[in-house]
Amino acid sequence: MSTPPRAIDLGMMACHVCRQVTAYTEDRHAHCPRCGNTLHARKHASVSRAWALLVAAAIFYIPANVFPIMRTQSISSKDDNTILSGILELWRAGSPGLAVIVFTASIIVPVLKFLIMGFLLVTVQRSSGMVARQRARLYRFVELVGYWSMLDVFVVAILSALVHFKILSRVEPLPGVVYFGIVVVLTMLSAMSFDPRLIWDNRKSQ
Amino acid sequence: MRPARHAPFTPICDHTERPVAAFDRLDGMQRARNLIVCEHCDSVYRRRHLARGEVADCVVCGAVLERHQWLGVDAQFALIFAALIVFVIANVSPIVTLGLSGMKAATTLWGAVIAMWNDGAQIVAFLSAMTLFFFPLGQILIFGWVLWFARKGIRAPGFPLAMSALVRVKPWSMIEVFMLGTLVAVVKAHTYFDVVPGPGIWAFGFLTLLVTVFSSLDPRELWDMTAEAKA
Repeated sequence: MSTPPRAIDLGMMACHVCRQVTAYTEDRHAHCPRCGNTLHARKHASVSRAWALLVAAAIFYIPANVFPIMRTQSISSKDDNTILSGILELWRAGSPGLAVIVFTASIIVPVLKFLIMGFLLVTVQRSSGMVARQRARLYRFVELVGYWSMLDVFVVAILSALVHFKILSRVEPLPGVVYFGIVVVLTMLSAMSFDPRLIWDNRKSQ
Repeated sequence: MRPARHAPFTPICDHTERPVAAFDRLDGMQRARNLIVCEHCDSVYRRRHLARGEVADCVVCGAVLERHQWLGVDAQFALIFAALIVFVIANVSPIVTLGLSGMKAATTLWGAVIAMWNDGAQIVAFLSAMTLFFFPLGQILIFGWVLWFARKGIRAPGFPLAMSALVRVKPWSMIEVFMLGTLVAVVKAHTYFDVVPGPGIWAFGFLTLLVTVFSSLDPRELWDMTAEAKA
């Protein structure tokens, strides 16, 4: 099957919100005739925005992992857990399956997001024509799994609300969980700012 | 599901000779309605009718172009209404109850939000309230609003705004993640406490199921299915 033409080559563009196809325009203030949102052929300042948000996320990722996210307090003991030590505890407590799920959501997914987004941004900046289809797939993967990293944040929220037995037993959130929540939001924003169409624009080879 | 392909779009005028001009002709909008542009790689296709269960993939980048809308407007409205009821139940009933030597503690979603706020994690409280309450509720209400009018084939007041909001809010609704988080929290608490799951956890489970069904629906179809009320 022959390759379909691209909208930009046909002098068209599609509204990013409602998908209405319109004639191409350079005008930054043009509005979609159907839904009224601003029209743009490519997301504005996509690469620099995505980089900025990604770097910010990477910086916050350090305190998110170094600082404890949760304090478990009872009469006799006080126990601060980081993301990693919480996973280890879950493993030892006899739920290795859940430990793997939490490890995937809290460690593997964010790290993969940093690596993949960095890779996509670098290859786009170099106008690389390499493995475009695979890169497109990587981007869709990042979009799909991104928000699952909020898992640990919600776990801490529920435990803090539940375990409130005055001095007997308490669970409290610690600053690490705030940083981690910020990391997830920033990586999601970074992925949303990135325009996957750039993967297919100005490819040197081909 | 059988994958289906859209027939590749053939240029409106032959070759490269000023396609914009051709596109701008009177019949431009009519033609545009039959076109679909891949959101991920900008490839243009002529839309074709999809049979039940078919999904059209982009031949260039592999992204989903569109899915067959297997539920009619009435069925979608019924589903949204069900989701609203389940959402209310999920929010008013306790998710889990803990027991420790005779004492009991239960929480709802808002209990978790308030606990985070009071314990110095206001940002997390805000994020949880938005992604687990306001965005999902907004999605349900707005979708319900446009569907209510779409059943009569007309566009609801504020239709363009509502449709834009639906598209923008979608990635920020995290009910599924909360569901899994609850399970992890239950298992963690189980080591030290007696854990009794409340009706809220079932409601959230059911809501997760409904959310999954919703994610296969594209509200943007409503643009083609409805007409301006004024006309």
